[in-house]
Amino acid sequence: MERSGALFGHFRDLDQQKQTASLGMWVFLMTEVMFFGGLFLAYTIYRWKYHDAFGAASRELDVSLGAINTGVLILSSFTMALGVWASEMRKRKLLCIFLIATMVLGGVFLTVKGFEYAQKFEHHLVPGPNFVFPGPESQHAEIFFALYFLMTGMHAVHMIIGEGLLLVLLIYAWKGSFTGGYNAPIENGGLYWHFVDIVWIFLFPLLYLIDLHH
Amino acid sequence: MAPMESSTEHKSDHVVPIKTYAVICASLLVLTFLTYRIALVNLGPLNVVVAIVIACVKATLVVLFFMHAAYAPRRTRLVIMAGIFWMLLLLGLTLADYLTRIPVL
Repeated sequence: MERSGALFGHFRDLDQQKQTASLGMWVFLMTEVMFFGGLFLAYTIYRWKYHDAFGAASRELDVSLGAINTGVLILSSFTMALGVWASEMRKRKLLCIFLIATMVLGGVFLTVKGFEYAQKFEHHLVPGPNFVFPGPESQHAEIFFALYFLMTGMHAVHMIIGEGLLLVLLIYAWKGSFTGGYNAPIENGGLYWHFVDIVWIFLFPLLYLIDLHH
Repeated sequence: MAPMESSTEHKSDHVVPIKTYAVICASLLVLTFLTYRIALVNLGPLNVVVAIVIACVKATLVVLFFMHAAYAPRRTRLVIMAGIFWMLLLLGLTLADYLTRIPVL
């Protein structure tokens, strides 16, 4: 493929190439919206159907850990946005620092999530033969935890993929690939990271908060 | 030489200042605290509504400013609106079915 610097031969100029990449990323993110939309839909229907069991089950979640993770993820989106800014300002080291900060905050999120999962195992709240939940609606509470693990698990998988993307971006950023005037990969990596943040922005209130007041 | 310029008014090199990012980040943290505090109060069915409204406000802030949709070309905004529209169709039509069936799920 014909290529001069960052520009591929089938684009007119870097601006057109960047706009094309951005549009493609957004189309991909919309397929992700449909993917997570289906999970939220399943959750809504079962919550409607088994309202009391879902309320009791959701109060077993650790709200403070969920809230801390929400803050951590928002901060990681902030450092990612600063990374985009640094690449536009052509500050190579600053870009690397912000990418590393984003990865560290993502790592904190996943670690906290790991502790939460471990707690669920200890409390016999993982769906399967060892699931124990008091009361007559144990089976319906099990559905809540199946959806909890599915939704937060798929979110965590996206976080892990995001960490991998950030690592690749960091290596190229260190070589100076994104601070020479073309930063579309950083922008698109940022779009992905912010999208995963948005998924959690909806997961946190729907799983942890809406039945807290009882 | 350039055959067709689809978005002459939009160059994609708009730099968002750090201050904007900081204000958005602070707003998101405040909204997170707010949604947590409101969840502790019993508002009946309104608890769900308030939680979802605050989440939508937070998501909108992220999309507009962190994801630069506010500065993006119109075709990008069209993709976003189309995506949200189809998701609402998916949610709306399926819920319209399930929630109007009185017997078993």
